Amino acid sequence: MSKDIIKIQDLKRDFKMGSEVVHALKGVSCTIQEGEFVTIMGSSGSGKSTLLNILGCLDQPTSGIYEIDGVRVKGLSRNELAKIRNEKIGFIFQSYNLLARTTALENVELPLLYNSKISTQERRKRSKEALEKVGLADRLDHTPAQLSGGQQQRVAIARSLVNNPVMILADEATGNLDTKTSYEIMSLFQELNRQGITITFVTHEPDIATFSSRTIILKDGNIIKDDKNKNVQWAAAELSKLPIED
Amino acid sequence: MRILNLLKIAFKAIVLNKMRSLLTMLGIIIGVASVIAMLAIGEGSKESIRDEISSMGSNMITIRPGDDMRGGVRQAGSAMETLTLEDFQAIKEHATFISYVSPVVNGSGQIINGSNNWPSSIYGVNPEYLNIKIVGLQSGSMFTDAEVKTAAKVAVIGQTVVENVFPDIDNPVGQMIRFNNIPFKVIGVLEEKGENTFGQDQDDVVLAPYTTVQKRILAIDHLNQIMASAVSEEDAPKAVTEVSEILRAQHNLLADQQDDFNVRSMEELISTFSSTSEMLTILLVAVAGISLFIGGIGIMNIMYVSVKERTKEIGLRMAVGGKGSDILMQFLIEAILISITGGIIGVALGIGSTIFIEKFLQWPTSIAVYSIIVSFAVCAITGIFFGWYPARKAAALDPITALRYE
Ligand SMILES: Nc1ncnc2c1ncn2[C@@H]1O[C@H](COP(=O)(O)OP(=O)(O)OP(=O)(O)O)[C@@H](O)[C@H]1O
Ligand SMILES: [Mg+2]
Repeated sequence: MSKDIIKIQDLKRDFKMGSEVVHALKGVSCTIQEGEFVTIMGSSGSGKSTLLNILGCLDQPTSGIYEIDGVRVKGLSRNELAKIRNEKIGFIFQSYNLLARTTALENVELPLLYNSKISTQERRKRSKEALEKVGLADRLDHTPAQLSGGQQQRVAIARSLVNNPVMILADEATGNLDTKTSYEIMSLFQELNRQGITITFVTHEPDIATFSSRTIILKDGNIIKDDKNKNVQWAAAELSKLPIED
Repeated sequence: MRILNLLKIAFKAIVLNKMRSLLTMLGIIIGVASVIAMLAIGEGSKESIRDEISSMGSNMITIRPGDDMRGGVRQAGSAMETLTLEDFQAIKEHATFISYVSPVVNGSGQIINGSNNWPSSIYGVNPEYLNIKIVGLQSGSMFTDAEVKTAAKVAVIGQTVVENVFPDIDNPVGQMIRFNNIPFKVIGVLEEKGENTFGQDQDDVVLAPYTTVQKRILAIDHLNQIMASAVSEEDAPKAVTEVSEILRAQHNLLADQQDDFNVRSMEELISTFSSTSEMLTILLVAVAGISLFIGGIGIMNIMYVSVKERTKEIGLRMAVGGKGSDILMQFLIEAILISITGGIIGVALGIGSTIFIEKFLQWPTSIAVYSIIVSFAVCAITGIFFGWYPARKAAALDPITALRYE
């Protein structure tokens, strides 16, 4: 039995909007183990992003228990949360969130800049390796404006990998990309997952979910379905089936 | 995060917004440059006044007859005849803080040599007068104490007199002049001294033994002034007190009676002048300081804009592990870098314009090293002070809110 990376129990998140309270999460429980590739699905407003933000220590639950890699998150200070984000988590956003007018290499280096244990040389080396992993070894000095959407998302993936996180969290990472590029990105995720990286992935698209090993479906702040995926598709194989455009 | 990396980030942010950064710095640049230039001008004029007054003899002490209330009628000091030779003798004998002392009687009249004539003043003094005034002889010699005793008709004349009365003669020593029809033999010529601070020609003088001037020209017994020299500039105030005490005793003044004489040191004159120019300096520096303050507000303004603009960047930095303190330092260092860069440019500009003022306007200037150091310190403090609040605001942002900010 491999170890638990994430353990949540009766997790709730309320947002106060003036006098109204929005219950974005109404008591969610699950565990995610090392090496899993989990997709979180659900209609818009079901609480996917809210859950992912809490898992990524960007947000704090209103109540409930959350443990990441054996560390209980509740009651940690802002600085301690920052340290967990820095050392244990790789976050990927729908809109890439790269620093403008900054090279791919410098963008990837960013998380390591906030880790004073890592020397400049090591930072450089690891960032280059991460960019090689996502197939951008020849784009180190390109700025976001000089890269395609898919390439920008690859830089963002490299950035999420560079600190050797225990888990990568992606919020609609393929949301802005066309089908072909999405499949390329998914194939990259599958490759990374095969190398042992735990991935939690939020998406709208059912075909994207078929590439993962487990699917959690949220509805109105509750988990309504949590299934192992028996028929995992290979993104690389699907990619070759796509009609070739001219 | 390491300070070097923070510096790099701040530097990059500034370079990416070159024009904006420069405009932001402008207030600081102008502030610092004007502080340095203003102080240099103030300091320069103070020094030049001091130098000029010192060249008149900074140890010099002047004793004049004072106002007199005896009989209930106030009379002008100059009309009084309260200073006497006995007073001079008493100072000479008893004063310990005085190195030289000379009686002064003076009158004006026409100097004649053949067909040349020139209106001038004659000063009856003793040989020590030259030491008091710090003036040397260009040729010839000063009259002696013996010549004073015998009331010899000898004179030492200044350059202006030489030029006007002896236009064709190289060295007038040995020649005769007549002052108000009394013949004097020229035995010396004074070095040129030029104008003093008050625009008086110091070379337009004839010096003669005071005895001669008293008896033969003015027909008086009293003295117009007594001039003395303190042993040092620092001792001048003590010398003033001492002379006052001696004169009060001489004049038998009671404790409740006012002085019937005036003792003034050059030191007082210098401090009067210095204090006026000091006030001017303070005023100028205040104006410059205000522009520095406005420059600081400019920095604060731009840092606010910068924090707003880069809210998403801040969110991202936090999401990948940036702590509040890292974000705070990033923006604070950016503000400090802007203000210090502005300071450096300002110092260069200040020194440049000071040199320009000195060269082309011929104003005396003196760049004070402390003004440069103080300007730098003020710049750094301005950066910290005005950068602090926006930086705090950035650091206090919530990662999610910042990331979602559009
Ligand atoms: N900061 C917030 N303040 C108030 N309400 C919020 C906030 N964030 C989310 N919510 C509410 O919580 C609920 C869940 O939002 P969430 O963003 O998690 O949905 P989602 O499943 O990610 O939707 P989508 O697929 O459209 O991204 C929504 O009703 C939303 O309005
Ligand atoms: Mg969402």
